[in-house]
Amino acid sequence: METLIASPKAPEPPEPSKAFTPKTVRSPWPRFLLGRLAGLAGVLVMLIVGTFLIVQLIPGDPAQVMAGPDASQAQVERIRQEQGLDQPLFTQFTDYAGGLLEGDLGTSFSSGLPVSEIIANRLPFTAQIALLAVVIALAVSVPLGMAVAVACRGGRRKALDTAFTSVTAVLGSIPEFVLATLLIMFFAIKLNMFPPSGAATLDSMVLPILALTIAPICTLARVVRRETAAVLSMDYMRTAKGRRLKALRLYARHALPNLMTSTLTLGGLVLTGLLGGAVIVEFVFAWPGLGTGVLDALVKRDYPVIQGVVLLLGVLATLLNLLVDVVLGLLDPRSLHGKAGDA
Amino acid sequence: MMQQLRRSPALMLGLAGLALFVVLGIIAPYIWGDRAETLTDQTHLAASAEHWFGTDALGRDIFARTMVATRLTLLMCLATTAIAAVGGIGFGAAIWVAGPRVRALGQRVIDVLISYPSVIFALVMVAVLGPGVGTSIVAIGLATCPAFARLTTNLAASIAGRDFVSTARLLGVSPARLLRRHILPNIAEPLLVLLSVAFTISLKALSGLSFLGVGVQAPDYDWGSVLNKGLEGIYLNPWPALGPSLVIILAGLAGGLIGDGLAAAVNPAAGRRRGYRAKVEAVTAVPSYDEDALAVADRLSVVLPDGTRLVDEVSFAIKPGEVLGLVGESGSGKSLTAMALAKLLPDDLRAVAGTLKVGDLDLNGKPPASRLATEIGIVYQDPSASFNPTLKLGGQLTEALRTHGRTSKKAAARQAVDQLAAARVTLPEQRLKQYPHELSGGMRQRAMIASALLTSPKLLIADEPTTALDVTVQAEVLGLLREANERDGTAILLISHDVGVISAICDRVVVMYAGRIVETLPIERLRAGDADHPYTQALLAATPTLHSPVDEPLSSIPGRPPHPASRPAGCAFAPRCPLARQQCHDELPLLAVHGTGATACHALTWDKQDEEVVA
Repeated sequence: METLIASPKAPEPPEPSKAFTPKTVRSPWPRFLLGRLAGLAGVLVMLIVGTFLIVQLIPGDPAQVMAGPDASQAQVERIRQEQGLDQPLFTQFTDYAGGLLEGDLGTSFSSGLPVSEIIANRLPFTAQIALLAVVIALAVSVPLGMAVAVACRGGRRKALDTAFTSVTAVLGSIPEFVLATLLIMFFAIKLNMFPPSGAATLDSMVLPILALTIAPICTLARVVRRETAAVLSMDYMRTAKGRRLKALRLYARHALPNLMTSTLTLGGLVLTGLLGGAVIVEFVFAWPGLGTGVLDALVKRDYPVIQGVVLLLGVLATLLNLLVDVVLGLLDPRSLHGKAGDA
Repeated sequence: MMQQLRRSPALMLGLAGLALFVVLGIIAPYIWGDRAETLTDQTHLAASAEHWFGTDALGRDIFARTMVATRLTLLMCLATTAIAAVGGIGFGAAIWVAGPRVRALGQRVIDVLISYPSVIFALVMVAVLGPGVGTSIVAIGLATCPAFARLTTNLAASIAGRDFVSTARLLGVSPARLLRRHILPNIAEPLLVLLSVAFTISLKALSGLSFLGVGVQAPDYDWGSVLNKGLEGIYLNPWPALGPSLVIILAGLAGGLIGDGLAAAVNPAAGRRRGYRAKVEAVTAVPSYDEDALAVADRLSVVLPDGTRLVDEVSFAIKPGEVLGLVGESGSGKSLTAMALAKLLPDDLRAVAGTLKVGDLDLNGKPPASRLATEIGIVYQDPSASFNPTLKLGGQLTEALRTHGRTSKKAAARQAVDQLAAARVTLPEQRLKQYPHELSGGMRQRAMIASALLTSPKLLIADEPTTALDVTVQAEVLGLLREANERDGTAILLISHDVGVISAICDRVVVMYAGRIVETLPIERLRAGDADHPYTQALLAATPTLHSPVDEPLSSIPGRPPHPASRPAGCAFAPRCPLARQQCHDELPLLAVHGTGATACHALTWDKQDEEVVA
């Protein structure tokens, strides 16, 4: 899957001509970052328009839907006025976008609190588990995939190879919510080792993180294993071997940066997918983050909160992507060429 | 492809599993429909022989509900996959056909969409349309579209670059026809893989939405909503959650097996080759080589795990200060011979030899890494692939020196600059801070030679050092090698398929054919075209010189070398040899001293016999 829909490889930079004698080595970074910032602005505009349209696209009378089926005509009209739904479309958009620029995300219907305050309260919880999950997923899958690739190189250790492939295939195909359910059953209810829900103590983070990371770890470890095998067969690895380096230096210094470029290109999707997984896992463990916030708002038809949270999650996904590409650029400067404009 | 499909048990298992679920989806509502809907007062029962997964809050049998839910779940997955495939392929094809500007913009939009988590997108759709079966299908279907669009444009781009498409375009075929006639048929297989993967993803996402309570709404139910209800009573009774969980896992597993199996079948390179180790008897005969030789390979074989000898009992020696050429067609085993001498064979190959040494380093044993790294220098064939693209040149050039030579970073860099300057690399100080891709191919190979000479090796192995270079750069690189030999007395083993390259700088030449040495000659005789072996003669005849007549076609050697696993009992060249007689096919000719060289050819003995007969 990851290989099929990976972004196309950036073209190799043109080979310098024989007469090429640079006076100074020019950094590709400014161009890259400027291009990415422009892309970021484009995505932001798309997100603002998209979240604005959430309310506009509601079939029928948005004010009626927002007020709920049992609302009186007076209530519906009040909502229409409060939300400015009686204004022309363009005025509504400038009000919405203008408010966003001033940090005003609107006011929650159900609690009466500013949406920005709700987000400020919930964001740390989501950031906690999402970031921790990204770090853990990479920290486990990369060494694991590399170790298996090195141990099984050239057709060695067939049994380990088969075991790795089947275990990661099975674990990797279990959805987060099923995994979360099973983890609660086993570790929280049966063994009583970790709390089944809430965010009261530090160990309440263990099960959500496990539920969130196990499948991505399996997927990433398989990608890393495949990429490591490809890197090990490269000419430059033979050159490095010719220098008779210690195994750790050979794999960490020479193989790792190269396989990380392809792994991150393919695995970036897995990492942004963690944000979506976080929404589900938060629900199962009653984790007070953005995911439960948006689900709660969905049930209550609390549209300002839905708009705010969706906007923020979109920005987070975009930033995570940018982060992946910056790390890629640090690892392999060739990737900076030709990627400058992507968002 | 069909054969590979049949050979994959995982794929068969996956298909069988999916078939089972399809059958279940068809028959379950007829068998369990009543039990699934009947309300009883037996609420929250644990699993028993009567209620396999227990009962829910309304006393309905959860096993029956899970089975009945199969139909709706599968139908939703099917609809979702169809939307994703049709929409995605359509969008991808549309922006690809629309021309370069729209294509670039469209690809960027796909980039953004694909990285946006589909669950969040689905939640937005639910907010707009309200929860329900239709919303779920549209939401997840649209969320999966970008994956198909990306695949379509990726594949179209890769196919569009191929020759037959360029040809069709030159002939004036329209883009739409190009897509339909030439491109779609070529991308069908990867699309099939993505289709099966998309089915699995849909299953996960749809069940996830229902599980969150914003997907399928009562009175309808799919696996996700059955699991959602099961979660509510999980403390009292785990079975209502465990049962649907197992079913979702099994269905996901079946989908995963199909996807992996199809991917492996479409991409045979992903399949692993079998490897086992056959015993090869160690070489025990008495060594026979010059005592003062610098490097010695005595009856060196390079062996595959199955026992096939890619290089078969090759013996040669390199004197101190000598430049020895190793020439032969590709596949003759010359590079493997060199890599065995460098102890750098690929992981699955093994070297067996009576003696294999460089100086006093015994390569049959476990020589110390630091001496191997410093006493044998290697120049590789392709300078653009042999430097690590992610590391700056300075670190790569000085790595051996710093690791094994106990040289400080600064001193190593100074030596590297001197060595680069000696190899006539321009701006040597700045090169250390550059990445390999910032240098031209010729500069990279000069840097590679500088790197190899940095540790003052006793033996320099140059494996096709000029093959990847322009002709004008070739001569300069060969000049550098000769210079190092004359300046420092470094012995060189030069591997090439090009007789011209060999005769330019070598003192002596070893000719290999099909993994064996067929002739060794002093270079003067090679230059004079005075070879004894018919293969060497044919090689020389196939090499153009300034004196070759322009109007005659170059001679070529008909046929191809035998595969190492099916080498004939006799002379491997016999099937292509104009002189071959029955003896050549039956008996392996041995290398015998002949004049100033050595030759492995029966024909040389015939001359004598024939002369005797005449006399």
